[in-house]
Amino acid sequence: MCMVCGCGDTSSGRGTAEQGADVRVDPTTGDLHYGAGSARVSAPGLSAQRAIRLEADVLGANNRIAAANRMHFAAHRITALNLMSSPGAGKTALLVASIEALRRRARATEIAVIEGDQQTSNDAERIRATGAPAIQVNTGKGCHLDARMVGDAFARLPLHGHPHDHEHAGDHAHEHRHHDLGAVGVETARRLLFIENVGNLVCPALWDLGEAAKVAILSVTEGDDKPLKYPDMFAAARLMLLNKVDLLPYVDFDLARCIEYARRINPAIEVIPVSATRGDGIDAWLDWIEQAALQPRESAAARA
Amino acid sequence: MHEISLAGGVLELVERCAIQEGFHRVTCVRLEVGKLSGVETDSLRFALQAIAPGTCLEGARIEIDEPAGQAWCETCGMAVAIHERGDPCARCGSWGLQAAGGTGLKVVDLLVDDD
Repeated sequence: MCMVCGCGDTSSGRGTAEQGADVRVDPTTGDLHYGAGSARVSAPGLSAQRAIRLEADVLGANNRIAAANRMHFAAHRITALNLMSSPGAGKTALLVASIEALRRRARATEIAVIEGDQQTSNDAERIRATGAPAIQVNTGKGCHLDARMVGDAFARLPLHGHPHDHEHAGDHAHEHRHHDLGAVGVETARRLLFIENVGNLVCPALWDLGEAAKVAILSVTEGDDKPLKYPDMFAAARLMLLNKVDLLPYVDFDLARCIEYARRINPAIEVIPVSATRGDGIDAWLDWIEQAALQPRESAAARA
Repeated sequence: MHEISLAGGVLELVERCAIQEGFHRVTCVRLEVGKLSGVETDSLRFALQAIAPGTCLEGARIEIDEPAGQAWCETCGMAVAIHERGDPCARCGSWGLQAAGGTGLKVVDLLVDDD
């Protein structure tokens, strides 16, 4: 087991996908399907596994795994971003556009994606079509990703194959493939992990996944009062991406009013208008990611 | 409905406690669900009742305290009470308050049967 971040540690509730009776692993793609048990929903406490530690915070078990994920990402020098929106806001299209734009930038960036949905692997396939590795996590009837799902999925991505930034103080349970970064070298390559949460403007806000920042995506076809209607999401997010701005001439959406509403909920929230299809704002978004990588901090907790 | 997952989290905490403390039945579980926690208390109660059968929570009374929301007002330089996120400051009317209290979700205590 790794003594710094605890990866490979299967005690203390940091179980692996293989151990959970409620998760099925696709032998071909490595995609994870939660909620495969008879209850069709993955939730702690519903499994036959009983834990041993008493914790007053109901989200405490998730938050411990999220903290381990965060240390694990830091050890692998990965910036992880948790992208959340309602279904159809354009998360996957924005990711595809971002991956293609990152490729055109001078500095090499290694990218991987964890795709959360209730079912189908459509989104992971869209990401894989760009050449970036992706793991689909299907939650069954679950309405959000949790930290355990992200930890399990991360362990299956090539990003995880890089050497840690720390000395291993003992046996290390997972295999590091130490693959070739070509001319770039380990020291200068940037590593990004995009976590696309289940399309849902409510539930994902509460679950810390270990990300550097939560990013809320709102499309202009949804209405400019969404920050007031779904405040927990915008309270938790460090950045709001206003997507589909190419459609602004055709919809009744007041950009300034939407931003004002978002800042009523979260005075510190940053905002970037973008269009995944036309390319508006993609450079500003990629610049923001670079800043987020330089100044990693825990996202403003929904329950701060 | 994330309250199903949260109810599972409550049950897990209670079952861990049952193993440690050696009880088999809970007669009352008291939760604290802050007004700004993002959790719907009726949905959480419904979800707990749905998963309780066959567990130590079966038949348990569910009491939910709802601490009021508190938020920091930069203009007033103090914490003020708010009903929900996005409310203006009740003292000065300014927007953009930062939630500071009533955001938690906790299992507070249990009444158990030692049979």
